[in-house]
Amino acid sequence: MTVLDPKPLLEFRNINTHYGAVHILKDVDLAIYPGELVCLLGGNASGKSTTLKTLLGMVTPTTGEVVLDGEVVNDKPTSYRVERGITMVPENRRLFKRLSVKENLELGAYLRNDKDGIAEDLERIYGMFPRVKERLSQRAGTLSGGEQQMVAMGRALMSRPRVLLMDEPSMGLAPALVETNFELIQQIHKEGVAIFMVEQNANMALSIADRGWVLQTGKVVLDDTADALLQNQDLRAAYLGQA
Amino acid sequence: MTATAANTSDAMASAPGVRSATDVDWRRSANIGGILGITAVFIGLVGMAVGLDKRMLIDPVLSLGYLFVLAIPLIGGWIAAREITLEGMTAPIKGARDIVAGAVAGLVGGAVVAMFLVMLNAWDLQELLPNWSDALLDMYTFGQGVGVGIVLVLVVGLVLGAIGGAVHVIPAKPRRLLSIAVQWVISFAVLEAVIDDLLGGFGLQAVADVIYARRGGLLIIPGLIIGAIAAFVAHRFEGKGAELKTQYMELEPERKNQVSKQGLIIMVVLGIVLPIFLGKIVNELLSNVGLFILLALGLNVVIGRAGILDIGYVAFFAVGSYMMAFLTSPLAPWRESDGILSAVFGWLPVLNWFVALPIVVLTAAIVGVLIGTPVIRMRGDYLAIVTLGFGEIIRLLFLSDWLAPTFGGAQGIRSIPGVNLGFAEINGTDPRAVFYLVAIFVAIAIYVSSQLETSRLGRAWMAIREDESVAEAMGINTVTTKLFAFVVGAILASFSGAIFAAKVGSVFPNSFELLVSIIILVVVIVGGMGNIPGVMMGAVVLIGVLGGPSQPGLLQEFSEFKLLIYGALLVFMMLKKPEGLIPNAARNRELHQEEALQDAWLKGDKPGTTKDEVDDAGPAPSAADIDGSLGLGGATS
Repeated sequence: MTVLDPKPLLEFRNINTHYGAVHILKDVDLAIYPGELVCLLGGNASGKSTTLKTLLGMVTPTTGEVVLDGEVVNDKPTSYRVERGITMVPENRRLFKRLSVKENLELGAYLRNDKDGIAEDLERIYGMFPRVKERLSQRAGTLSGGEQQMVAMGRALMSRPRVLLMDEPSMGLAPALVETNFELIQQIHKEGVAIFMVEQNANMALSIADRGWVLQTGKVVLDDTADALLQNQDLRAAYLGQA
Repeated sequence: MTATAANTSDAMASAPGVRSATDVDWRRSANIGGILGITAVFIGLVGMAVGLDKRMLIDPVLSLGYLFVLAIPLIGGWIAAREITLEGMTAPIKGARDIVAGAVAGLVGGAVVAMFLVMLNAWDLQELLPNWSDALLDMYTFGQGVGVGIVLVLVVGLVLGAIGGAVHVIPAKPRRLLSIAVQWVISFAVLEAVIDDLLGGFGLQAVADVIYARRGGLLIIPGLIIGAIAAFVAHRFEGKGAELKTQYMELEPERKNQVSKQGLIIMVVLGIVLPIFLGKIVNELLSNVGLFILLALGLNVVIGRAGILDIGYVAFFAVGSYMMAFLTSPLAPWRESDGILSAVFGWLPVLNWFVALPIVVLTAAIVGVLIGTPVIRMRGDYLAIVTLGFGEIIRLLFLSDWLAPTFGGAQGIRSIPGVNLGFAEINGTDPRAVFYLVAIFVAIAIYVSSQLETSRLGRAWMAIREDESVAEAMGINTVTTKLFAFVVGAILASFSGAIFAAKVGSVFPNSFELLVSIIILVVVIVGGMGNIPGVMMGAVVLIGVLGGPSQPGLLQEFSEFKLLIYGALLVFMMLKKPEGLIPNAARNRELHQEEALQDAWLKGDKPGTTKDEVDDAGPAPSAADIDGSLGLGGATS
């Protein structure tokens, strides 16, 4: 599908993560290339959220290297990584509920100083989500679920990410909205942003993704193209944790 | 709750016709009556009734104590007859029913008090309850003995409850004028000391002598005249305020700014000129208010902006005061002792206040970083407890024998000179000068806070307050951002402390107790967290009117019950107006937008969801369509 840049944008090299004595991620290797759409599948407590947190620098791995654009960023704070192009759309959207939609979007561009660029990106987001523009001065918490999802994506895009991490984007959305949501993700992807999506909705996620990994109790058990994974007989078993 | 619901549905069923006098929710009225009775007994037993009876309000008929006691059935009757009209329903017609509802509540309340009087007469529980006294019995029976007294209490409850209920029956306009007149008369009576002081300052002592009795209290005839004037003025200028407001709102933004600026200039000029005419009492009061405004603005940055619940904030006030005392007092203990400090720094001259101020501020900032660093890594309740601990640690350090050679222990530091301006010295003996000094620093604090609010840092604080993890994911360095809030708070508190030291002339550890932290916190919450005018209003109302932890307020009579009133006010505000007296403007605007959206929805036109706009939706029509079908937008979720 996508022509892969030989150099990965974001990479896990043999990552191990612990919460206290609990071993969460076990020798995980991942690579996300510029402009691709990949998904990480896995059941509860398989380490999906920890993977995202480790990528973003909110959790420090015990061993291994997190590599961003060829640079080891293990000891770099989240702000450093956001500045260099990683952004997350958190699980359940997590908007700043009492702030206005506009303030939410502006906070997405917190680390940027180019006023013109910010204004330009705001317009781009209004273009993508016209409904967001109508709600600018409204409190984010009063929006409907679908609108909140748009604002959450808009907020993430405001930092001009090269790779967008999405934590369970379809969680907590009305069934009718889930499909729209995946369309939005594809739309963002078409603009050239690499997307790393953690999802429980395996079929839906794989249908739009280029590649996928399956994580089970902290280990990568499957790593293949999305099409191959969709055909994989073991996937269901692995996904449900019954391997 | 069920009683209220039943009442509302009754009202709906019979509205809009006139109801019979017995169409009363008896249970609700009786419940309210019970609460009234208990409130009256409580006010008696905490000593408020008898304590405030000495203070005449309207000579010779009404004392402050009686005002409190008699207001209870009046307000209760009013509440008992009140009905909540839901949006879109016709309001029920008020009539005899409401008077009966009020009277029942008053009567039940009277009965509770009557039972209390029987007990008060029969038993002696003074050892348990210090205010269980004959004076209380005497007061509650109107000096008529238990037998006649009980009948009187029942009758008074009944009548006042009925009057309270009858307030609803009076048509809206006379009711408003009456309430304004009553408010003015009570204000004139309660604020006697201040008005006396004010009139004296303007050379109108003679007027004060005419309206107030020699032994205190408003005289009846002048009271009636004041009420009449207030009602007349209210009648004459009815609606003018709202008219001006709409006129202002309709101005063009530029013109609006201009008008606001003019208003600000007028207020500044008033702030400069007015104190010249004010007497010592009011100026003293204003300078105390100013000191607390400084503290509250500082805490507002920490808690209102960055969302860090600091309940040991007094520590920075203490550091500011002590540091100023340490540097400027010729009798500072460290100069006298033969420790290392005096050996190394003994040659240092006693500093001028202005020279010492930068050092004081720097010290406070350093202490802010030292306390802040471990604290801000915590969240929520843990953080609050730890700040509480640090606040106490600082106070105990100043109190300790260990540091007594430096800071004087329990004796504190004395002989702190005032602020030397070269031509004059500002100290506590001239409250007017202190007020001007405080006002300058308050102006600085307002400027700094408002600049910070709109800055990048301000936005980062806002994000952290709302959701710290997400703020971090947005790339905000939460540790340094929160630390900055702590330091800004510490610096503003140290300003206040520095002025406090020069004003009072001596500092002691017990001026910096936990209670001070709590009172500053209450000022911020009651005023309107996160909003500068709100916080200032909070300081004016609480510190100015009720008084600070050890500073008297306008209502000096209440000083004994200050904390009780603080508590009651805090509970009331949390229930009825949790956003504070003057809430955060942005939040208010957003609240109104929700209301506007809901109104529009009720009317049937849903903004932004009309067919045309959905068609205009552009590149993501599917998303817009789905949301259009969900409809309400603002009104859902």
